[in-house]
Amino acid sequence: MKLSRQSFVILAVAAAFYVVVRAVEAAGIISPYWQMVLDQSLIITIGALGLSLIYGFTGQFSLGHAAFYGLGAYAAGVIDKLWGHGVFPFFLLSLLAGAAVAGFLALLIGLPILRLRSDYLGIATLGFGIIVKVLLDNSNKVWPVLGGATGMSGTPQVASFNVIFVIAFLIVLLVRNFVFSSYGRACTAIREDEIAADVMGVDTTRIKTLAFVLGCALAGLAGGLYAHRYPFLHPSSFDFLKSFDFLLIVVLGGLGSMTGTIITAIGWVFLLEGLRIVLGQNFIDFRGVIYALILIVTIILRPQGIFGGREWKMFVPGIKTAGAPKEEVDRHVSA
Amino acid sequence: MEFLAQVINGLQLGLVYALIALGYTMVYGIVKLINFAHGDVFMVGAFIGYFGFTYWGFPFPLAVLTSMVVCSLLGVTIERVAYKPLRYAPKIAALISAFGMSLFLEYFCSLKFVFGPNFRVVKRPFEEVYWHLGGLTISNIQVTIFIVVVVMLIILQYLIYRTKTGMAMRAVSVDHNTARLMGVNVDNTISITFAIGSAFAALGGVLYSVAYPQIYPFMGIMPGLKAFTAAVLGGIGIIPGAVLGALIMGQVETMTSAYLSSQLRDAIAFGILILVLLIRPTGILGRTETEKV
Repeated sequence: MKLSRQSFVILAVAAAFYVVVRAVEAAGIISPYWQMVLDQSLIITIGALGLSLIYGFTGQFSLGHAAFYGLGAYAAGVIDKLWGHGVFPFFLLSLLAGAAVAGFLALLIGLPILRLRSDYLGIATLGFGIIVKVLLDNSNKVWPVLGGATGMSGTPQVASFNVIFVIAFLIVLLVRNFVFSSYGRACTAIREDEIAADVMGVDTTRIKTLAFVLGCALAGLAGGLYAHRYPFLHPSSFDFLKSFDFLLIVVLGGLGSMTGTIITAIGWVFLLEGLRIVLGQNFIDFRGVIYALILIVTIILRPQGIFGGREWKMFVPGIKTAGAPKEEVDRHVSA
Repeated sequence: MEFLAQVINGLQLGLVYALIALGYTMVYGIVKLINFAHGDVFMVGAFIGYFGFTYWGFPFPLAVLTSMVVCSLLGVTIERVAYKPLRYAPKIAALISAFGMSLFLEYFCSLKFVFGPNFRVVKRPFEEVYWHLGGLTISNIQVTIFIVVVVMLIILQYLIYRTKTGMAMRAVSVDHNTARLMGVNVDNTISITFAIGSAFAALGGVLYSVAYPQIYPFMGIMPGLKAFTAAVLGGIGIIPGAVLGALIMGQVETMTSAYLSSQLRDAIAFGILILVLLIRPTGILGRTETEKV
């Protein structure tokens, strides 16, 4: 297989990240708690990349992303709990099933509602998210295994850092290749101007649905990993506040920037946990207040997001990594 | 008769939603922003009213008035601090800021030296009295809510269609720049809109806490979402639409609780919203905008 220079750089960066984490771990600096936070940040990254496809690149406003995350978590979790028992191939199959369930429901709901525009689409997806949460809350009446409002436990905890890391890495590659494929171009065209894209021959319905299904399937995959990393699933972990978490990450990172989404996702999870440590027991009540203030101040200072549509050049194909100008490639996104 | 009693319960809930929905729809009409902090202004309103008639010894109308004044100041402050800097930024930035503001109010009010994180039971400022009309039972709370909301709606209608301020609000909602060229002070008009919307939310909060006597710092989330949904259902930015949507929401919720299952009521309410949006993408009274190329 011939590796382009860029793929080589991406691989090298990923390998370096992995080695550093492993080294720090071996040195005993990372406690199991922080290991869990790190795993969580990678899981959230996968889900956020899904929303980045839907909203950041295709411009379809979704306020119900956590519903698909939750559907994936419950589907993968219940499959592995009942039949897989944590055997590795079954674990992978259950992840795929989680992604498939989320993707399939995204297709069912997406086909009708993707006709709606901007805020109306946001409200419809928000409504869908609330419906999913209510159904999960009452799921035990149909199928007691799901636990309903008391939550579900008993999924084998087999998602190690290695597995999560490899999957996150593959997803980053997948999203990068999608974004820079002709499909990705069509998505960006729809985001910039749907009518113009339509006139230029883009099958807008098909592309919007494709991006929505793919993005939701990624949320489902992330949910599946979550179910295998955290022993307790509860519908309130997947309510509309969680959907907002994904939205914040994508918007604060900068719409249409994978780099922004990845870094903000990891940074955001660490910030939330970091606040817990910094504030200590006495001031823990202030965590929510500070979180909210950071959010408001950041968005006022950087309304276009931290990365504002820019991308690390290692993610942009066709640009030589060596000898290219030093500044980041500006793909100029007008939101 | 049982059914008629449920209709009246639904009307009570719907009228309170209408007060909140008006604030959403007015703000959306004028700055095209989903003001997520609106539900939390409603919460602050409920708390101030509660403090007024429970601890400060205010008579009920004075407590309501205090709450409305405090909340309109709060609404204006929120707009100046969190939304004004982002008025000409991408729409999503202001939405995120609104969400941040909502979280800020919720967590700030949960602090021990503010309202505290616990549920509080509201002791009603007046005794609940029931009147029996034939087989039907109506409480004085229901009558109060009905009269207050109808009077407020008439006042609002007058304000918007018969005063200069109202004319300015309508002008700004069509086009900021043109309105400015015509001599309208856009910033002030937007502030006034936030003040009126927040005062309505405060009134809604006090009435809600009297009708359903329990308050806590996160109480604004669900009524806020429902009221917003109601505004979208009726056609956002359209004032009669907000009231119509809110009345429908109130009925749907009460009927689902009474005849189906109280746990499913949110699912049914939002299911109806999605269905309505699919049939009429801009809400029941919404005008379909033709897109210019």
